[in-house]
Amino acid sequence: MSRDSALVSADWAEKYLGAPGIVFVEVDEDTTAYDTGHIPGAVKLDWKSDLQDPVRRDFVNQQQFEALLSERGIGNGDQVVLYGGNNNWFAAYAYWYFKLYGHGDLKLLDGGRKKWELGNRPLVTDPVSRTATSYRAQTQDQSIRAFRDEVIAAIGAKNLVDVRSPDEYAGRLLAPAHLPQEQAQRAGHIPTALSVPWSKAANEDGTFKSDDELRQLYGGAGLDGSKSTIAYCRIGERSSHTWFVLRELLGHSDVKNYDGSWTEYGSLVGVPVALGDEPGDPPSN
Amino acid sequence: MTTNSVGCGAPVQSAPLPASVDLEKETVITGVVCSGEGDPVGGAYVRLLDATGEFTAEVVTSPEGQFRFFAAPGTWTLRALSRAGNADAKLTAGRGLNEVALSVIA
Repeated sequence: MSRDSALVSADWAEKYLGAPGIVFVEVDEDTTAYDTGHIPGAVKLDWKSDLQDPVRRDFVNQQQFEALLSERGIGNGDQVVLYGGNNNWFAAYAYWYFKLYGHGDLKLLDGGRKKWELGNRPLVTDPVSRTATSYRAQTQDQSIRAFRDEVIAAIGAKNLVDVRSPDEYAGRLLAPAHLPQEQAQRAGHIPTALSVPWSKAANEDGTFKSDDELRQLYGGAGLDGSKSTIAYCRIGERSSHTWFVLRELLGHSDVKNYDGSWTEYGSLVGVPVALGDEPGDPPSN
Repeated sequence: MTTNSVGCGAPVQSAPLPASVDLEKETVITGVVCSGEGDPVGGAYVRLLDATGEFTAEVVTSPEGQFRFFAAPGTWTLRALSRAGNADAKLTAGRGLNEVALSVIA
């Protein structure tokens, strides 16, 4: 993968609005954002009600995902262009999620809603309806999804990248600072995890930094390119942003997103936790 | 809690807090983004940077220009980006409510 195959610019997107075979999809944390104005023709995905199982903590299953995309009018052959607020966190999360279920032609809109809005590009409130399709998903590609046991086994063996803010990594904050801090789980990070906040990979307008800057960022942080990598954050959406950078932009081959992330790890009984600004050592047996 | 219609010339009006927020424990940083003409700026992107200048969070202002963060006691920088211009402000926050006004300049 590379920048050309995974990313499109706002200028490109504006040129191809309404083009057949291209579906713009908005995915936000603030799910009311779409209703206040969206890219013309874009359909909405609610990261919570559409993409999460309503009872268990897990994703919708293959059949539910098929039903969702069919209903939204997304076909297997369509090029899906994802964008959203929060510097594309949830759009990157949806990108990773669409990959998990094997969608072929996927792009992320560089800069997401922010770049689009600050550039005074058109946003409309018109309802969008597309003809239903018969979407067929693949079984989940587990090569890009990490579960907790694999994460614990990776301590001291693989690259672990904590992409939350420095204060969350150190244990001074329990959640990103736009959310209340009362949380059930313990504070801190997985021992040996490198701290590379997702925001270091993005410019102020939400676009990704250049490949050279990104290579320097992760190299400088001590990411060993010869090892496999697992990225995590609090609930798996910011780490999708970093997963996208490492695998889709920089072309690293074995990168997984741990969607359980800190809300799961920080609630596990008996696992090692490191506090403070340093990665910390693996626990001695 | 009621929301007042905010005029940027008036004293700082912060975003209403959910009833579940405990101000004994939370460090809330809140305020309004105003334009040079004194009008509230809705849809502005406000970022919270930590004491080292590192990004911590970002929110979009309400139609009344309001923003709100849940931080920790310490030194923070706010930076607003909008179609009407940008602004920066530095503050030292303590537990409870910390109010900041941001005036953007094109």
